[in-house]
Order: sequence, then structure tokens, then C-alpha cells
Amino acid sequence: MKTILKTKDLHKVYRLGGFINRVRINALDKVNLHVQSDEPVIISLVGESGSGKTTLAIVMLRLIAPNDGQAMVYDQVVAGKGAKTDKKTFMSMVQPIFQNPFEAFSNYRTVDAYLLRTAMKVSGAKGAEAEDLVEDALVAVGMHYADVKGKYPNQFSGGELQRISVARALIPKPSIIIADEPVSMIDASLRMNVINLFLKLKEETRTSFLYITHDLATAYYISDYIAVMYRGTIVEFGNARAILSDPQHPYTQLLLGSVATMGKKWEEADIAMQDMEAVDFVAEGCRFRHRCPLAEQICADVRPGATAMPDGREVYCHIVERELEQA
Amino acid sequence: MIKLNELVAAYTTVRGSVKAVDGVDLSIPEGNIVGIAGESGCGKSTLLKVVYGDLTYPLALEQGEVSYGFADNDGQEVTSATIQEYWFKRISYIPQSSMSSLNPVIRVRKQFIDFLEPKASKDETLDRVRQYIQQLELPVEALDAYPHQLSGGMRQRMMVALATFFQPDIILADEPTTALDVVVQKGILLLLLKLQRQMGNTILFVSHDMGVHFQISHRMIIMYAAKVVEYGESPDVFSAPLHPYTRMLIESLPDIGDDHLRAGVSGRPPSLWDDLSGCRFAARCPLATELCRQEEPPLTEHRPNHFAACHFAGEDIPDVEPPL
Repeated sequence: MKTILKTKDLHKVYRLGGFINRVRINALDKVNLHVQSDEPVIISLVGESGSGKTTLAIVMLRLIAPNDGQAMVYDQVVAGKGAKTDKKTFMSMVQPIFQNPFEAFSNYRTVDAYLLRTAMKVSGAKGAEAEDLVEDALVAVGMHYADVKGKYPNQFSGGELQRISVARALIPKPSIIIADEPVSMIDASLRMNVINLFLKLKEETRTSFLYITHDLATAYYISDYIAVMYRGTIVEFGNARAILSDPQHPYTQLLLGSVATMGKKWEEADIAMQDMEAVDFVAEGCRFRHRCPLAEQICADVRPGATAMPDGREVYCHIVERELEQA
Repeated sequence: MIKLNELVAAYTTVRGSVKAVDGVDLSIPEGNIVGIAGESGCGKSTLLKVVYGDLTYPLALEQGEVSYGFADNDGQEVTSATIQEYWFKRISYIPQSSMSSLNPVIRVRKQFIDFLEPKASKDETLDRVRQYIQQLELPVEALDAYPHQLSGGMRQRMMVALATFFQPDIILADEPTTALDVVVQKGILLLLLKLQRQMGNTILFVSHDMGVHFQISHRMIIMYAAKVVEYGESPDVFSAPLHPYTRMLIESLPDIGDDHLRAGVSGRPPSLWDDLSGCRFAARCPLATELCRQEEPPLTEHRPNHFAACHFAGEDIPDVEPPL
């Protein structure tokens, strides 16, 4: 089986402030993820703001270098220690889609210029050959070269423009597309068009996706694997359906219980206020312990490692580990 | 009862004027949480601005007026022209971004004092503010902080406290939790629900998240391209929507634990610059006929307290194949 995505002790520290009040924030704190499959997969990365999900994406995209550890995509080390893949090979393997399509494209440049440039620079095609590549990619997202030729970004809706960014990412036929909040700027009625497109591309062009989102409903809808992050650490990782229908880590449970769904109304039971306001990124032990109703002394002293559960998922929690041992 | 009478509000731009709210006419009974949903550019925030009476250039009310169901000291009915005198006292506003609405260089407690009646002494008011904050089970220390020292969620809670301090009759909330994490969002929505139950005020709540509307609203207004297309009690709107747009919007949203494939709504909303005739949703509607393209459907009461602007309200939509 191929290693679709693997991170090994991936570590990234941001330094904030000056000489006196310097703060170190572990945006990624020894993150270990491992997805093996022969089929293309969609991996979701969820968590609140400040959880490190976007940092993981931009480390994987080589936009910043990690302080330690390495990241692998399809058996090749792409970032961190031992990354030898050259830029062109890398770009033809890993492609990004960003959150706001109106910011990703310049208003003073036609969108087909972006597409042709990607075809020429990354895929090395010339002239008519490049146009063919662009047409193929646009057909895959349900559009045509004639629809976009000579048009500027403001002539498209957010959904259409996001499709064009997907098409641009598809031109070099990448193994994996890293999509950072690709639908959060798109209206509800158009959002599913982009989400369904990811599913279709997974089947047709056999592209894997790393889908970064805070929207658990769409994550449930499209993903095969899910990783839940909290303050730079993974708290739960494994099969998406299993985790979202039966979360084990207290944080995943809190997160799922807070989603505003159309299925069932919230109970009156309030969330206690201190549950939400703990801010510390450099803590020892379990990062979630200040908000965790189950926290014990061991949670403050020792950082929980991965506990492999019978259904294959990994949960980073001392309590879950102990309950599993007792069972 | 808040009455919106034939509201037409337009923005002046270099290309001429564009109607962001075009003929909204409905009445809202007191003591309800009314959710307003729709896509970006449908006029939901503009409608809120009109109700708040915040009509500054480039926005102007071209036609109609809002009556708020209470009178001023001289016994005159208060309308959108005079509501400004009652800001924060009887009508208040919770914006999306608390960072840009709280003054960054003065402490939170001073922002509470800023709009108090001139007679009251500072200390007295501050005591009242502290009591109120305690009543809400919020940390009193937050009052002594500058806005940037608080987390986004705590800032937004302070905005909620600020907006409800005078127990106003009407609270307008424009996407108050959109930028926040779900856990924080739930906390703030539950706080707002609790306060509304205690005070019985009317809340107009704009959000694009139908899940949030399902959780908190008593009534729903669905807007599309500057028009209200559906208005009714929330349980009715969610369980038996009349307008095809509402139905497709609700059905397109995935839910955790539900493995059905969902289809999005194809096409895009019309540009408000165009010459719009007939039903504005017709181009994306599977039920649309020549009638829809020619004649604009009025907002009519199809079921008791359940309004929709559609020639074929409540009719079955042929199944759309999910695109796989």
C-alpha cells in the first residue's frame, strides 16, 4: 500500500514579541499522521482557530519550513528533514486551493492567464498543448476554456471561481490537493457543488485531498479519514464516519455537541464559561486538560500518546487509554 | 408589533443606484426571535440597517417606513426617521466584528458608561454594570480590560451584554457568531436565548447558517435577491418549506450521521444591476415556467402564518440527481 500522507514528529514554533516578552507558540507540536491506501482518499483536518490546521497545510505546501520532523506525500519526503524533491516535481505532486477565491486571483488579470501559466510552468506544455491541458482540467470541473477565456475574476460567482481554482490545481495532475477552507467563503446554496466536485474528482482523476475545515458536517459528508486538532496537537485520528458518529476524545465530543445542526435542538445544559477561555500554547501534559471535565493529575504531568482503538482510530487521551486497558 | 411597510432601500454607487432591499412588506409580532437567511448580497444586512435606522450615505430609504410599535414622549409613533433617539435604549445592534465596534483605546467598562443617561453618576452606573455582568455569569474583570486583551468570544459576549443592558424592545444581530468557533458560538447563542426568554424582546438575527437558525429562531425570513421569498414560523419553514429556494437550500446541507448525497443549487443569483422581471429565482428553479419569467409572484399567505412568494408554492420538486 502507498503512504498517501505521513507526518513524523512534525514541529513548528512561532515566535512572537520582542526581547522581553517573547512568546513561543507550538503551532504544530510533534504531529504524527499516517494514512495508507491504494485508493485515493479525502482526509479532513478539523479544529478550532489556533489549532494548527492551517499551519500543517502551509508546511505541507512548503510555504514555511518546519522546525523539526518531516512530511511525506505518496512515499516522498516533501517537507522537513530529508526533503529532496525539487520544486517542479513537488508542484506537480501537491497543489493548493485557498479559502477566498477572490483573493487568490488578481482582479487585474484574466483567470485563463493563471491557468495557462500553470500549464506552461509546472507541466512544461507549450502553446496549443497548454490550452488542451487547461481545457481538460476545466472539463473535469464542469466548465470549458471558452467560458473563462479573457474573463476577469469579478465576472464569476464565488462558487464558479472556486471551481476554476480547483481546475488550476488539477492541471499538473497532482497526487494530492491541499484545500484550506475551500468552501467557507461560498454561499450555502453553491457550497455543495464544490464539495461534490471533490468527491467526483476523487473517483475520476484519482486525486487525494487534504480538506481543512471547521465545518464538521461537510467533513462527515466527504471524508474517509479525519484528524481532529487542538492547540497544535492531534487529539483523535482515524475513520471519519466512526469518529464523527462516536467520538471518544472529550474534545471531539465537545466539538460535535456544539455544532448547530438542523436535526436536534440543543439541550438547556449550558457550557460552563471556563470551558472556553483557557489560553496556553506552551503547556506540558494534555493541552485540553483545562477544559476537560475528566482531567486528572496525570493529564497535567504527561502528554498523552496515541492509543490505538479496536476500530483502528488513534485517540490521544489518558482516560480513554485506561478504560481500554481495563476493558 | 414591528411593521415593515413596503421598504425599498438603495445604495448610491458610481454606476447609479442599486436596490438592495426591494419591496419588503411584513409584520413581526413581539417577543420572537426572527432569523433572516439568504446568500451574500441578498439584502439581509441592509434590511437590518434599515430597521436600525442607520441610513447614512450611500444607503438611503427610497420608499416605505418601519414602525416599531411604541410611541415617543409626545405620543407620536416612532418610525425609522426618529428611531435614532432610542438607540441602545429601546433598540440595539450586535455587529459581526466586535473588534471593530469596541473602541480599542478605552477600557470596556468606559464603553458601558459612554451612553448612559447624563444624570446618573459614574460610580452608580458602574455598579449597575458590574451587577449586570455578574447576573450574566461573565467575569467582572473583563470590564477592566481593553478590548484586545479579551478573546474573540469574550468580546462578543461583552457586546451582547452592552446591547442588552437597557433591556431594549428590539435587538438586531448581524452574524454575531460567524467568526467564532462552534464551541464559543454555542455559548453565545445560549446566552442570547436565555436573555431573550427573560426579557421577552424581539430579536432579528441575520445568519447564513441554517443550523444556527434551526437552533434559536421562532420565525424565519428567507431572502433572495433583495426580496423576501418566504416568511413563517420556523418549525413550518424547516419541516414544510413552501418556496423551492428554501427547500433546495435546506436539502443541500449535509448533516452528521446522514449518508445521503446532496445536490447544490445550480446557477447563481441574478445581478441586482440587471433589469429584473418575473420571479428572481426562476433561472435556477426546476419548477419555473413562462409565467414565472413574466410575472413576479407576490408574498402571499399560503398556510396560516406561512407566506411565500412563488406561483407554485409547496409543489413537489422533481428529484435532482446528485452529480455522481
